[in-house]
Amino acid sequence: MTTEPVKSAHWNMIFLCWLIACVGTLGSLFFSEVMHRVPCVLCWYQRIFMFPLLFIFTVGLFPFDYRCIRYALPIAVTGWAVALYHCLLYWGFIPKSLQPCTEGVSCADVKLELYGFVTIPLLSLLAFTLIIALLLAARKGLKK
Amino acid sequence: MKKQYIVVVTAALAVLAFGLGAYLYNAKQAEGIGRLLHEGNAAFTRPESPSLGPKEAKVELMEFFDPACESCREFYPYVKNMLKASEGKVRLTLRYATLHRGSDYVAQVLEAARMQGQDVYWNTLEAVLGAQPIWADHSNPQPQRVWDFMAGTGLDVARARQDMNDPRIAALLKQDAADRATLNVTRTPSFFINGKPLKDFGIEGLRAQLRSEMRTAYSK
Repeated sequence: MTTEPVKSAHWNMIFLCWLIACVGTLGSLFFSEVMHRVPCVLCWYQRIFMFPLLFIFTVGLFPFDYRCIRYALPIAVTGWAVALYHCLLYWGFIPKSLQPCTEGVSCADVKLELYGFVTIPLLSLLAFTLIIALLLAARKGLKK
Repeated sequence: MKKQYIVVVTAALAVLAFGLGAYLYNAKQAEGIGRLLHEGNAAFTRPESPSLGPKEAKVELMEFFDPACESCREFYPYVKNMLKASEGKVRLTLRYATLHRGSDYVAQVLEAARMQGQDVYWNTLEAVLGAQPIWADHSNPQPQRVWDFMAGTGLDVARARQDMNDPRIAALLKQDAADRATLNVTRTPSFFINGKPLKDFGIEGLRAQLRSEMRTAYSK
């Protein structure tokens, strides 16, 4: 009986991770497939690290398998790094000459802004950050 | 195990929300375009653009196309056949949507051809689309190569090479780009039938919408 609440908390955390990955995946698909905004190169790299998380967390929940934390973390951290780079590019901390997109859609072009500062890469950075935080919290709980 | 139902239900809700969001977004877009049409926005009628078919035709098919776009090339013979089959009830207007590198150059060539007459224009357009795989490689476009395929079109190449830099052509392309932004055209080909966007993208969808629009326009 004592292990049950711990397990429940872990389940909740992985479920939240799954939910964030789900919103991130469907949200980015909404931007590209419904609103027809062409994803730039950096957006594609973030998608590459966001989409598989949804599948890893789904498998980790059916049935619950704490090892999914181990598999998801490196993917989430890499995606987070790309998102951070993209945000820095947006905010102008990285000069535009360093940006990898020379043709097609510019990564520094602001396509969507909510409330004046919320951009797509910021949402991506937020999603990756939350997922990493939840995974670390779940891992810490397991180690005890 | 009950908790896993939460995942299933949430996933279903997420997919449902996506579908609903897509529906609402598209409805809002269509409403915006409908409003522009209602207000009589000039973006829907540009008499200076290339067109085919009788002026008195009651159905206006406007196509935003890119000379370098493969789908536009695929559509072309079907669109032409639909026009022919309509027996003068449909008039086609072409608008340029130069989304690919090098397309601007080819649009200028086409417009220079139009200065030499309607027949020369449509012959040149067919030659350009026919040679598309050669000049319009998206990683290495070579729009200058279109000149190699002008035999049999009746085009005076020397004159066209001069005319293509005419400021009137630049103005027309600029207008098309502005209208593309107004009408939110991001993909080619994009069709508007009497100002209504094509609902079901595809050759059959276009045929069906043209047919229904003709029925409405000619039943009165």
